[in-house]
Amino acid sequence: MKIHEFQAKDLLRAAGVPVLAGKVARTPDEAAAAFTALGTPVCAVKAQIHAGGRGKGKVQGSEQRGVELAKSAADAKRIAAGLLGNTLVTIQTGPEGQLVRQVFVESGCAIDRELYCAVLVDRRVGSPVLIASTAGGMDIEEVAAKTPELILTEPFDADRGLGAYQARVLASKLGLPTASWRHAESFFRKLCAAFVDLDASLVEINPLVLTKDGALVALDAKMTFDDNALFRHKDVAALRDEAEEEPAETRAAAAGLSYVKLHGTIGCLVNGAGLAMSTMDLVKYHGGEPANFLDVGGGADVKQVTEAFRIILSDPHVKAILVNIFGGIMRCTTIATALVEASKTIGFTVPLVVRLEGTEVEEGKKILASSGAKIITADGLTDAAKKVVAAAKA
Amino acid sequence: MSILVNRDTRVICQGITGKVGEFHTRGCLDYGTRMVGGVTPGKGGEEVAGLPVFNTVAEARDATGANATMIFVPPAFAADAILEAVDAGIELVIAITEGIPVIDMARVMPVVKASKSRLIGPNCPGVITPGQCKIGIMPGYIHTPGHVGVMSRSGTLTYEAVWQLTQLGHGQSTCVGLGGDPLVGSSFIDILAVFQADPDTHSILMMGEIGGSAEEEAAEFVKHHVTKPVAAFIAGRTAPPGKRMGHAGAIISGGKGTAEAKLAALRDAGIEVAESPADMGTAMVRAIEKRRA
Repeated sequence: MKIHEFQAKDLLRAAGVPVLAGKVARTPDEAAAAFTALGTPVCAVKAQIHAGGRGKGKVQGSEQRGVELAKSAADAKRIAAGLLGNTLVTIQTGPEGQLVRQVFVESGCAIDRELYCAVLVDRRVGSPVLIASTAGGMDIEEVAAKTPELILTEPFDADRGLGAYQARVLASKLGLPTASWRHAESFFRKLCAAFVDLDASLVEINPLVLTKDGALVALDAKMTFDDNALFRHKDVAALRDEAEEEPAETRAAAAGLSYVKLHGTIGCLVNGAGLAMSTMDLVKYHGGEPANFLDVGGGADVKQVTEAFRIILSDPHVKAILVNIFGGIMRCTTIATALVEASKTIGFTVPLVVRLEGTEVEEGKKILASSGAKIITADGLTDAAKKVVAAAKA
Repeated sequence: MSILVNRDTRVICQGITGKVGEFHTRGCLDYGTRMVGGVTPGKGGEEVAGLPVFNTVAEARDATGANATMIFVPPAFAADAILEAVDAGIELVIAITEGIPVIDMARVMPVVKASKSRLIGPNCPGVITPGQCKIGIMPGYIHTPGHVGVMSRSGTLTYEAVWQLTQLGHGQSTCVGLGGDPLVGSSFIDILAVFQADPDTHSILMMGEIGGSAEEEAAEFVKHHVTKPVAAFIAGRTAPPGKRMGHAGAIISGGKGTAEAKLAALRDAGIEVAESPADMGTAMVRAIEKRRA
C-alpha cells in the first residue's frame, strides 16, 4: 500500500526522524494560509499524488511543475491554484497523469548537500538493508546502473536494528563532517526502526539533506507498506487513499481477488498468480493483448467468481474473456458451476473461452456442456489462446 | 531415490485442526504419505483424520518420530510455527501459508540458517515425490514417477508443467514449490544443488517469475555446478513495472527483475528456455535430446 508524502512525514516525525514543518492544503487559500502560518521566508509547494518524479513532472497543458518554491503567501496561492484540480504527468504516472487533490506546503531549509537513503528488504541477503548514496536528488536506478560504486548498503537484523557503528560507517563513507555523525547515527537508526516497526516494504528519502548547520533532514519521503502486515497497523491502513487507486483494483481487493488492470482487449480469469501471469504471456505470444491480471486464488466460490467477471466486464475495452483453470485445491466443478451461474446473472456480452484441467475436470466439462451457456471450450493452453485471440478480433 | 521426501518421511501437520489443515492432511493420507500426527496449541489429545493431535511440535516429535512438518497455521502466527518446528529439530519444514508479513520472515531467516532444518516456502504448494510422499496442496494424480526434477516459485504453474511432462511421458523425481514470497527458505540454487547430487534426477525443469534476482543467480549456478540438462520458463513477460502481480514477490521494481533480464541470463547459461507456458514440457524434452545428440 502506498501513502502520500505528507502522511509518510507524519509517521517519520512520530518515529523521531527529522522532517521539516509543513501543512496540507486542499484550496489555494489554504496554501496561502499555510505559508503564513509556517512563517519561513521560503516554502516548497508540492503536489501530493501516489507517484514519484513530481519535481520534473508538469501539469497537463501548462508549464506548472509538480514542486515549486514560493517566496510569499501570494506565490503559494498561485502555485497551488496551478496544481489543485489539475492533472500532473510525471515519468511514473504514464501519459494519462494523475489528478492533484491536495498540496503539501513545507518550510524551507539551508541545504549544504543532497544525499540519498532508503530501507528495504533485500531478498538475496534475507534481511532489511539500509541503502545510502552521495548521489542525492537523482534517479537512483540510473545511479545504480551507471555508478554502482556510489551505492552503499548496510544489512541489519530486524530485531537488533541498525547498529550505531553501521550508521558511522555510512556517515564516514558519505563524507559527512564528523560533527554531523551523531545526527547520522540518530537519523539512520530511527529510520530503520520505523521501517521495521511499521512493517514498511520501502522507505525512500530522496533527497536526504545535510543542512548548513550540520543536521540531517528528510526533504522528501516515500513509504510503501507490506499489505500482509496491515492487519496489525490499523492506523497505517487508515491512511489508504482510494482516490489514488484504480477503482477496479480496490473492488477486487474487497472481494479477495488479486486484479491488476492492463491496457489490452482480452480479459483473463485464472487461478494462481504464476499461471495468471503466464496466461497473459500466452495471450501476447499468440498476438493478443491482455486486459488484466486476475488471480481468483485457490478457494474461490461462486460469489467471488461472479464478482471477478463483473470486474473484468467493467472494463469497456474487453472484447473477449479467457478462463484458464488448473484445478488443484480449486475443483473444476466449482468453477464450472460458477461460470454457469455468472452467465445467468450477468449475461455475457463478449465471447467466453474456457480451458479447464485438473481436479474433477470431466465433471466440470459436463456441467458446461449441459448448461446451454454460450461458452467456447478449449483443450490445452495453445488452443485456448488461439481461440480467444480470434474471438477478440472478430 | 528422490530428494527431500520419500516413503519413509514421517510427517506432522501444524494447524491440523483448521479446515484447510485437515482437508490437506486427508489429501496427503490418501496419496500414501506417512502422516503421523498434528499440532494445534490447546487441542492436544484430540484426533483428526485418525491422527493424534499434540500441543507442541516437540511433543509430536517425541511421540511420533516425525522428521517433516507441513504448516497451515494462519499468517499472523505462521512465523512462530516455523520457529517452533526448527527449535524442535524437525529436518524439513514446509510452510504452505500465504500472506506472512515479510518482516516476520526476516526474523525467521537467520534462525533457519543457523539450524540444521531446511525450510521450503512459505506461500508454496509443497513438495511431492510421485508415488511415495506428497506434502502439500498439489493434486497428486497429475504426477508420475520418473527422473525430471521440477522446482518453481508458483503453484498452479507447477501443476501445468508437471501435467505437460506427464503427458509427454516424462515422470518426475521430486517436485518442489519454492514459494512466491520475497523471502523464502530455499532458493533455486539450494534445490539445484540437491537435484544435481541426486542420481535419480536426470534433468531439471524450473519455473521462475518476474521480481528479485533468484533466476539470474540460478543461471550462474547452473553454468558452473550443474551438469544435467536444465529447462526453464519465466512468467510475467507482459507484466507492467511497479505492479505486484498477485505474489508478493512478483514485482518489477526499478528496472530490475524483468523477464527479459532473466531469460537472457538463463540462455547465457545454456538453459533451454520455454517460449510460452504451453512449451514448458517440450522445452525439457528439447534440453534432454540436445544433451543426447
